[in-house]
Amino acid sequence: MNPEQLTAWLQRFAELVHEQKDELTALDSAIGDADHGSNMDRGMTAVVAALAEAPPADAAAVLKKTGTTLVSKVGGASGPLYGTLFLRMAGAADGGFAPALRAGFEGVLARGKAEPGDKTMVDALGPACDVLDAGGSLAEAAQAAADGRDATVPLVARKGRASYLGERSAGHADPGATSTALLLRAAAETLS
Amino acid sequence: MKKLINDPADVVADALRGMAAAHPRLRVDHENRVVFRGDAPVQGKVGLVSGGGSGHEPMHGGFVGPGMLDAACAGEVFTSPVPDQMVAATQGVDGGAGVLHIVKNYTGDVMNFEMAAELVAAESGTEVVTVVVDDDVAVTDSLYTAGRRGVGTTVLLEKIVGAAAEEGRPLAAVADLARRIDDSGRSMGVALTSCTVPAAGKPTFDLPEGEMEIGIGIHGEPGRRRVPLAPAREVAQMLVEPILADREFTDGVICFVNGLGGTPLLELYVVYAEVASILEKAGIGIARSLVGPYMTSLEMAGCSVTLLQADDELLRLWDAPVDTPGLRWGA
Repeated sequence: MNPEQLTAWLQRFAELVHEQKDELTALDSAIGDADHGSNMDRGMTAVVAALAEAPPADAAAVLKKTGTTLVSKVGGASGPLYGTLFLRMAGAADGGFAPALRAGFEGVLARGKAEPGDKTMVDALGPACDVLDAGGSLAEAAQAAADGRDATVPLVARKGRASYLGERSAGHADPGATSTALLLRAAAETLS
Repeated sequence: MKKLINDPADVVADALRGMAAAHPRLRVDHENRVVFRGDAPVQGKVGLVSGGGSGHEPMHGGFVGPGMLDAACAGEVFTSPVPDQMVAATQGVDGGAGVLHIVKNYTGDVMNFEMAAELVAAESGTEVVTVVVDDDVAVTDSLYTAGRRGVGTTVLLEKIVGAAAEEGRPLAAVADLARRIDDSGRSMGVALTSCTVPAAGKPTFDLPEGEMEIGIGIHGEPGRRRVPLAPAREVAQMLVEPILADREFTDGVICFVNGLGGTPLLELYVVYAEVASILEKAGIGIARSLVGPYMTSLEMAGCSVTLLQADDELLRLWDAPVDTPGLRWGA
């Protein structure tokens, strides 16, 4: 991983989040508090600006800057979760993308205390990590994340504000799993 | 949407400017969106920090002052503040005796305060203890949810714990007291109308004329059930019954009827009368009361009822002087 590639990945993720901001918010209105699209768009816009203002010298510094910016700008639950993902990736950046993403995933699990099947971003991130650890390509990982997102549709939420809906949360894709699928799609497009 | 605002994006910043102008004894850090008591840090006193999404005023900024909080972090409307704000608040109130974080149990609030505590631990020697408030009996099955939400008990806790900190009690004792209060308080709310988040511009949920949502959360999260509108005496029953079913209450409670923002005090007193009558029949004497809009949900119509099992110590601390924009007596 070099800093230019990672920056291109994050720029692409920011573009996708911006394009799909309204869809993310609509998903979040259905089962949460209607701010996931606007919060992620605000956070990733700030990340792109921060990386452009002072381009970090190495991969770990890009990931760390991304994590601290998201933690500082996003709030809610997605700020700490995405922030932790990137901060933990920064700590494991030397080993390459797959081990870094796995470290990030473990950070998300520890921070959010969600398990697979709780209808969260874990359901998209976990399958993508499994594919990469098994030697799969980024395109295959992105597909696994998208499948994981789709698999959240019938689930009943057990974490976050959506959990208060109980059975009423079934029938909608999880907004966090949806933005995570975009993160992996951006990786497949820029890091392959 | 009809609101007295300038721009939806500026609501929180503009309101903080107003708080600073109206209450010169508070110090507002506009960059970090933290309200401090003017004399913070108070040397030798445990610092009390709370915070959360805006839209619940006077909570939490209106509870900053002698006898209550030392600082409150204001997030966007219904969105948790970020760790940077909590770190600034914690450092600003550290008078050498440690800092207590009072956090309502919402996923975002808990995670952001957790990260803030980690950052404080990494950066300085300030000791931080966190207490999470989760008193909403509307959420029944915490195994399959994010757990009970923090509601009305938070207000009573901030007052009582604030008095204990003012007396100079050490951090561990203040934290134990806070946990005991969380354990002794239960709440349940009802919404008659939705609220409109300024940035969203339209009501958060749809509640038809003639219906109400029993067990509503303070961000418009759904409750236990939607039922036809009923007289206040029946509504009071629907709120008090699940509270009494959840915990045993004996003589000497603090009874708090809280307005959610759009319900006039006249109606809150109608509800209070019914609650008092139910408690009297149940043999539960009310030692102290609080009636009014203290933990609101923007302009939502409705109310919540909180019962806190008190004892002589809690009542003495409740009666101690408090001097904040939202609660003021004995000062």
